[in-house]
Amino acid sequence: MEGRQEAGKESKPSSLSVDLQGDSSLQVEISDAVSERDKVKFTVQTKSCLPHFAQTEFSVVRQHEEFIWLHDAYVENEEYAGLIIPPAPPRPDFEASREKLQKLGEGDSSITREEFAKMKQELEAEYLAIFKKTVAMHEVFLQRLAAHPTLRRDHNFFVFLEYGQDLSVRGKNRKELLGGFLRNIVKSADEALITSMSGLKEVDDFFEHERTFLLEYHSRIRDACLRADRVMHSHKCLADDYIPISAALNSLGTQEVNQLKTSFLKLAELFERLRKLEGRVASDEDLKLSDMLRYYMRDSQAAKDLLYRRLRALADYENANKALDKARTRNREVRTAESHQQLCCQRFERLSDSAKQELMDFKSRRVSSFRKNLIELAELELKHAKASTLLLRNTLVALKGEP
Amino acid sequence: MAAEREPPPLGDAKPTDFEELEDGEDLFTSTVSTLESSPSSPEPASLPAEDVSTNSNGPRPAEVVLDDDREDLFAEATEEVSLDSPEREPILSSEPSPAVTPVTPTTLIAPRIESKSMSAPVIFDRSREEIDEEANGDVFDIEIGVSDPEKVGDGMNAYMAYRVTTKTSLSMFSKSEFSVKRRFSDFLGLHSKLASKYLHVGYIVPPAPEKSIVGMTKVKVGKEDSSSTEFVEKRRAALERYLQRTVKHPTLLQDPDLRQFLESSELPRAVNTQALSGAGILRMVNKAADAVNKMTIKMNESDAWFEEKQQQFENLDQQLRKLHASVEALVCHRKELSANTAAFAKSAAMLGNSEDHTALSRALSQLAEVEEKIDQLHQEQAFADFYMFSELLSDYIRLIAAVKGVFDHRMKCWQKWEDAQITLLKKRETEAKMMVANKPDKIQQAKNEIREWEAKVQQGERDFEQISKTIRKEVGRFEKERVKDFKTVIIKYLESLVQTQQQVSSFFITYFITYKLLLELLVYFFILKDVCERSF
Repeated sequence: MEGRQEAGKESKPSSLSVDLQGDSSLQVEISDAVSERDKVKFTVQTKSCLPHFAQTEFSVVRQHEEFIWLHDAYVENEEYAGLIIPPAPPRPDFEASREKLQKLGEGDSSITREEFAKMKQELEAEYLAIFKKTVAMHEVFLQRLAAHPTLRRDHNFFVFLEYGQDLSVRGKNRKELLGGFLRNIVKSADEALITSMSGLKEVDDFFEHERTFLLEYHSRIRDACLRADRVMHSHKCLADDYIPISAALNSLGTQEVNQLKTSFLKLAELFERLRKLEGRVASDEDLKLSDMLRYYMRDSQAAKDLLYRRLRALADYENANKALDKARTRNREVRTAESHQQLCCQRFERLSDSAKQELMDFKSRRVSSFRKNLIELAELELKHAKASTLLLRNTLVALKGEP
Repeated sequence: MAAEREPPPLGDAKPTDFEELEDGEDLFTSTVSTLESSPSSPEPASLPAEDVSTNSNGPRPAEVVLDDDREDLFAEATEEVSLDSPEREPILSSEPSPAVTPVTPTTLIAPRIESKSMSAPVIFDRSREEIDEEANGDVFDIEIGVSDPEKVGDGMNAYMAYRVTTKTSLSMFSKSEFSVKRRFSDFLGLHSKLASKYLHVGYIVPPAPEKSIVGMTKVKVGKEDSSSTEFVEKRRAALERYLQRTVKHPTLLQDPDLRQFLESSELPRAVNTQALSGAGILRMVNKAADAVNKMTIKMNESDAWFEEKQQQFENLDQQLRKLHASVEALVCHRKELSANTAAFAKSAAMLGNSEDHTALSRALSQLAEVEEKIDQLHQEQAFADFYMFSELLSDYIRLIAAVKGVFDHRMKCWQKWEDAQITLLKKRETEAKMMVANKPDKIQQAKNEIREWEAKVQQGERDFEQISKTIRKEVGRFEKERVKDFKTVIIKYLESLVQTQQQVSSFFITYFITYKLLLELLVYFFILKDVCERSF
């Protein structure tokens, strides 16, 4: 199914408002997107006055795999070990939506034409919403990179933005995926080992606090995200339920010959409108709550990863210290041990400093994003509740006025 | 539904296994027509339709075999009538059709008498009936409540007893307010008696709530969980609606069985309502037989009104079923929404606890509280969805089945009339043959039989006219009730939805005002602090 997304001026899911520090020297956005079969092609447009680039305005077409390549490149780069790497955008997934459309197409003869048209409309809107969301996720990823003073200067980033040709990055094959999966396991095991190592004392209260906080926070936000998804799903089911109810009421109304005719027809109309309202409630909750929770779940994971790297550096430093002591007692290779220890120390301190800053940024980002979204959510819920009330009241007045 | 016949309480006969009386055998409507036509008939006493149930003292064959039984019916009727309460005048004379007018052969020769002559009086009657309706008005000052379900007994013999309270100013009751304890099978027994007396003459008897083996077993076993309380509540509400509908019916209200049900403290147990009793099995067999019969009756409908109405009810039935299924899905999803919202509220509260930024933490906790309240709302709304909307629909689906049943009875009545005409014709042929063969004694016999069958044909015609008339009236009343019922419930339901939305509004308003302000302020200070820290 084809889908296009014009420049994100319209209702882009703005839940992921990243406080971009108004630096206009590098502006990145996804100006267009096309969905073809399995693939989505994003048009990444850059506006920049930086001397590095050949032009001030240019665009390239990228696919999801290329975003992942870029993300992995950052993660693997030792230089950025002390930074929170913006989480990679999730893979565009239209499977569920496509399946539903297909099932609808296969047809259930018991539904009327109007019902069919409405359900199709609903599914198409759902598809479009998923599409918009995936575009927004990819865009936010790039925009965070562009806003970060260190990350924006990465060579791979420039290549990603500027290189006109295909980056020849294929999707990870199964071996690589498995490899990635194993790496994660190793990482968690390692982390567990490090932390349980006796003698590894966290010297900095700040980090001690952050670690405890992030661990708990991440798991709870993951929970909240899952459950918010379920609530949203229930709202959607409810909205969908109104379709056959409205249709049945319509049929009843058209058949009746007495005063119930108008009552049923009005009720049918009411349910149709309630359906739309309920659908909006569901999509608002999705954007303002679910998506936000999901994003910060990933972001907090990235923060956890940073802490892990720092911890690793600390462990290395400790080990280097021990090695130095051993070398000194044995009086062998002291020089190498010393320089190694120096390196580890420097690395650790570098990481600690930047991590501190990053974590504070993370907090302010999070707080401001939550604040904005929670308030907007409340405003929208209020708006919808008021609209529903008005609609219901009007229908009641009309019905009561009937003889 | 059971058409179980028990002798009237004043008699001392014991309940035995009677079978269905749904085959239009009761022919005491002979004098009914004369009485119905009097326009001033809102008086209960003149409503003759409670033909005393033909309580035979012996089992009847399932098939309608009219000839032999008719004599018996009439014989018993005499006995029954005299036992009746004084209010009902023994208007039902039991002599075989006292109003037998010598019917000229011509009108009876053509068996297909959907005479156009029939339609004329029918039209005339219709307008009369409408006048009757108007004159009647709603003078039913009686209120029924079913409450206080109480478990009696233990184990598999346990049952729920419900309190049935009546408040009335009608003079036929000895008190103005009284209550009794009844169990579910008592309700079924009541319905069964009413159905056996009134259904086959065209009255729409409201159906009783359905049995539920699963539901009741849970209750018996003593599970105190929410599903069994829900079940009991659902049943209680259904029983209440059932009684309210029954007493709204002007004819049924007069019935002594109904009165006994409402008033008397002890009620003989209706044992034959059990599904697997002998009577129960007989009922099932008869139902099957009826279904087969129905398929083979091909009635020539002379009256378009009936055909129209039947089609209308058929369509209504289909649409209501569809709507009911959709509403059930709605109830289910709303319950899910409620559960999911509650789960989310908990996790939001946990998240708020973890959050180390004070204002945000408070905001999240507050959000959790709001969501919890909303979950409550969703639950209540689900109940409203169910009890108002869904149950109304299922009640009407079963009511319409009763209406369809009544139409079927009319068909059977017609069939009987038809059959009588055919038999009469045969008897005449026999007579002719005997005349030719010149057998004087056989001729006399033939003449006797002819007279007998002429009477039966007349009776058949009268019965058919009567049931048609009754049905018209009943359908008119039913439709009026239906319109009122639906309108009331729709309005109540919408009001419940309004209330829910208003409460949602109020929750979010509070949340919004409090925390927008708080968050704004605190975030501002936080940023300020950060800026200060950085510059030093």
